[in-house]
Amino acid sequence: MAPQHHRTSVSRLLITATAIAGLAALTACSGPAGEIDENYGFVVAEQNPDSEITIWADATRQPAVEAFQKAHPEVKVNLVVDDGSANGSATLQTKIALADQAGEGWPDVAFSTQTNDASWAAKETNGVQAFAAPLDKGYFDEDFLSGFTPGALDPVTIDDTVYGLRNDLAPVLFWYNKTLLDEFGYDVPTTWEEYQELGDKLASDHPDYFLGTVGDSFAGPYVFYWSGEAPIYQVDGDTFHSDTSDANSMKVTEMLDHMVANGTLTQDSVFGADFVAKADHLVAIPGPAWYSGALFQNPDSVNAAAGQWGAANPLTWENGGDVTGNVGGGMWYASSHSKNLEAVKTFLEFIVSDPSTAGTGGLPAYQSAADAWLSDQASSGFYDGDFAGAVSTAAGSVWNGWGYPNFSPETSWTKIIIPGIASGKTIKELSADWQKEMQNEAQAQGYTIG
Amino acid sequence: MGVAFVTPYTLFLLAFGALPTLYAIYLAFTKNNAFVGLDNFVRVVQDYRFMPAVGHVGLYLIVWLISLIVLVVLLALAVHGVRSRRLSTSVRFIYYIPGALAGASSVLLWLFVLDPSVSPVSGLLNLLGSDSFVNTIQIDRLPVVLAIIAFWTGAGGWIVIMYGALNNIPNEVMEAARIDGAGPIKTALFVQIPLLRKWISYMVILSLAAGTQLFVEPRVLSQASRGVVPQDYSLNQLAFLFAFKQNDFNGSAAISLLLLVVALGLSVFFVFRGGLFERD
Repeated sequence: MAPQHHRTSVSRLLITATAIAGLAALTACSGPAGEIDENYGFVVAEQNPDSEITIWADATRQPAVEAFQKAHPEVKVNLVVDDGSANGSATLQTKIALADQAGEGWPDVAFSTQTNDASWAAKETNGVQAFAAPLDKGYFDEDFLSGFTPGALDPVTIDDTVYGLRNDLAPVLFWYNKTLLDEFGYDVPTTWEEYQELGDKLASDHPDYFLGTVGDSFAGPYVFYWSGEAPIYQVDGDTFHSDTSDANSMKVTEMLDHMVANGTLTQDSVFGADFVAKADHLVAIPGPAWYSGALFQNPDSVNAAAGQWGAANPLTWENGGDVTGNVGGGMWYASSHSKNLEAVKTFLEFIVSDPSTAGTGGLPAYQSAADAWLSDQASSGFYDGDFAGAVSTAAGSVWNGWGYPNFSPETSWTKIIIPGIASGKTIKELSADWQKEMQNEAQAQGYTIG
Repeated sequence: MGVAFVTPYTLFLLAFGALPTLYAIYLAFTKNNAFVGLDNFVRVVQDYRFMPAVGHVGLYLIVWLISLIVLVVLLALAVHGVRSRRLSTSVRFIYYIPGALAGASSVLLWLFVLDPSVSPVSGLLNLLGSDSFVNTIQIDRLPVVLAIIAFWTGAGGWIVIMYGALNNIPNEVMEAARIDGAGPIKTALFVQIPLLRKWISYMVILSLAAGTQLFVEPRVLSQASRGVVPQDYSLNQLAFLFAFKQNDFNGSAAISLLLLVVALGLSVFFVFRGGLFERD
């Protein structure tokens, strides 16, 4: 009988937490509304410069936070590690919703691996002030904010107000295994058409070698469709648009189906044990800049030797523009409810711009830190080819037709496409369902379908 | 003295059972503190995720409850039939062990069992046509997978309870059956199972209440599979999404209330069919 009791008590606890939170919110609402503080541009909680700041971030960010603690021992930090809302899990939104309802329990700083959180964090919910503090209405100096790479803050800019700071840029580039390509006598492809041809050659001459994966929630939508200028995830005001039968969408779908069928695209997650086990058969992989730290220089993953891997300019379509996709690039948010906004500012400025931590393994979004990181990478000679050039080209060519609505395309990809292809269907057969699922999600979030 | 024993339970029941229920009822019929009738219910029922979730939970309940009743009764009868005292005790103990694990942690254990690349029963999974974790947890296989997990964690306790109930059957009755020439099967069918009726309906009611609240298992599977098991698989998960993803606590409360009504209705059915309130 024990498990039944466990289960009921868990859900009871949840209901109760909700209930208590709700009651608290009702009482919280009855207080007088504060006035907008001119120095900050929003309603500020009573400040206490000695208070501890609570930071929610994922494990990847932990070393950077610890570096901050070393550099700024005067700021008391309480780091709470979560999943960084990876795979569209919406952890941050869930926890903030609970805090909003309770009228307390917000962190001072929050990190998310998703780029679309400002779509809800910049809005007041059920009468509670928007969680994300506006940063360019007096809180942060204009000089500091203008130090970001142009376009880096676009996803967190809503109605001309900046609500978050970009941790890293994550443009998709083309990573290739120099050693294997040389051994097999192949050139580095520069277009998606050549990429597919390389797949055909590999499949016939060197089976078991592969060119990437579609098994990650982000791989399909961001790496392949975004790069192909596929109009499957677009927002215009309150209208959501998705068309998986558009010519651009179809060419990507057909390439993926072709390469999944011949085995040159696998269905593993790059974070899974299966991928790591096969990593010495990986010939090339299109992927974001943060693959550098997450895969190639990670002893638990590909663990490349110096000179073995290189980065090239993003692949393009012969009939398309010179554009690429983007996979996340985390965001830091300052809580508008923080009781120690100055400490929060100290922390955020350090974490995004200090060369020792900025970018947390990927390409820093802050220009000066990015320059330092790129020249470091170039001088170490770890990567073959013009690494800095490829990264800069990619960072400047992210296709701007992709939207940032209040839900992730990753959840529908994992719900429809991943199990679908695992059971032997093609993406072409599944794409109508995928589109429908995204549109349904959009409607549930209050968008109209256009 | 009696009051002292009952008070803590009553307080907890009020704080964590009755009051939240009342608050949910209030939320379900209001929006922004204004009475809106059935609007919240209409909205959640029309949501595109609602009917699939009802289907998922319904299918799971059917698979699980039927296998629970059949297997628990069979296993309890088998254990009861074991003559060796030591064997009987150790078998009951082994049955009970998985029940000592809390819900979420037992699912974590099952993550390994279900992944063919690390599973100790990968051969069996391959035989069943699953070559990867994603394939094991395909949505049409989930009711069975979840039922197996729930059976593994929950059935042991019930077997022990049924065993106790079987012990309660007076010796004279069993002896009379034997003298009349009933073998083990006839005894089970015509004597033991009819006398277990109340216990079986008791088990069904509690399991039904737990089963309709399916949440932890698909939630953990969803996280572990990076979303292949959708976040909106069960009704309780949908309520969770309404509250925390859409900031719609009223819709969330409406789903909870619907669950309560359905579980109550089914429970009433089993209470009367199972004669739970009949006095001997």
